[in-house]
Amino acid sequence: MALDKIGIAKRIAQELQNGWYVNLGIGIPTLVANYVPKGIEVEFQSENGILGMGAFPFDGEEDADLINAGKQTVTLNKGAVIFDSATSFAMIRGQHVQLTVLGAMEVSQNGDIANWKIPGRMVKGMGGAMDLVASAQNIIVAMMHTNKKSESKLLKTCSLPLTGVGCVTKVITNLAMLEIKDNTFHLIERAPGVSVEEIKNATEGTLVIPENVPEMKID
Amino acid sequence: MNKVVNNVTEALDGIEDNMTLMLGGFGLCGIPENSIAKLVEMNVTGLTCISNNAGVDNFGLGLLLQKKQIKKMISSYVGENDEFERQMLSGELEVDLIPQGSLAERCRAGGAGIPAFYTPAGFGTEVAEGKEIKEFNGKPHILETALAADFAIVKAWKGDTEGNLIFKATARNFNPMMAMAGKITIAEVEELVPAGELDPNFVHTPGIFVQRIFQGEKFEKRIEQRTVRQK
Repeated sequence: MALDKIGIAKRIAQELQNGWYVNLGIGIPTLVANYVPKGIEVEFQSENGILGMGAFPFDGEEDADLINAGKQTVTLNKGAVIFDSATSFAMIRGQHVQLTVLGAMEVSQNGDIANWKIPGRMVKGMGGAMDLVASAQNIIVAMMHTNKKSESKLLKTCSLPLTGVGCVTKVITNLAMLEIKDNTFHLIERAPGVSVEEIKNATEGTLVIPENVPEMKID
Repeated sequence: MNKVVNNVTEALDGIEDNMTLMLGGFGLCGIPENSIAKLVEMNVTGLTCISNNAGVDNFGLGLLLQKKQIKKMISSYVGENDEFERQMLSGELEVDLIPQGSLAERCRAGGAGIPAFYTPAGFGTEVAEGKEIKEFNGKPHILETALAADFAIVKAWKGDTEGNLIFKATARNFNPMMAMAGKITIAEVEELVPAGELDPNFVHTPGIFVQRIFQGEKFEKRIEQRTVRQK
């Protein structure tokens, strides 16, 4: 069965490495914080000015002055720190943050990503996404494999305005985990119960399929 | 040097039609809400507003949008505001969308006497169109220029009569950089204290960047996304 949003978040959480500073985007990426594997210590950066972001506050303890980049009320972990937006993006641009996880509307086989605008229809803005993808060395895209019209979101070239070029290294969807290298999607793992055929059919871009494609292990 | 003005009316004196304003805040967090309410009352129009977001339909900068007081918005993210989207798609409102880090740095640069800088953010996208591109360490960067404003309006938690400011939690966000970049910077604070009360080691914005300071009458501090867990 294809993964749900929580399943995607759980699989991404397995990519976390000890000692990393991690920026999580809005949507599925935010859920990753709930599934950090035991024994792994990471700190979450929120680009509005937090390092060491904690869980949502208990009901009644929310503070209007303490939110994450998705404008949700949050808390601070022990040892957390607050800073201004320029300092926050110095951390990001200066490559002090080891991993960025974000959502996307389209990803292409050369690692381009589009997630901020549908011309004439939806213009929300790029927020911090362009700064994040331009500088992060390690970018994982978390998204559904296809859009609401069942069209592939893993393309030869993006059709929507780009957020960044040649930057995405890994994509984790409801169907598969793929790596991007040599201008191609490489199938690394299948979601539990999902066939290679199914993934192939849902991928418009060039897909390299190894002989053995293991199933993801999700708790 | 005493920077204190009596109220929001005195603080905003001199703001006229067609001026450029910077307004601090991230979402509805750390916005100068008393000053925004006053701008609505003053009914100044044709404003260019530099602010990370545009508020929601009935709060923050959304209030100025409703009355069509804003001609142009310079922001990084403008979702969550239907009136904004309507005015932008119909062409009534000019919008310049800028990557968030570039927006912060352009404000900082404006206050720091740096006319322009190179950044990798936005290379290969619409943002880079018409901008100079230069390679450093084998990687292309785009030239972004500093931003300036006739008035910068920021919101702080505590401030003293000298204009020194301390922000609370993530209500800091863009406020310190915008405070640096205003020709005239107005700080509205929750608590105004005499000089000497703030520990100099923990001041975030030195008073040199602030020309006028006042204690806001009331702060609603609306929460945009109340997310909680149960005990």
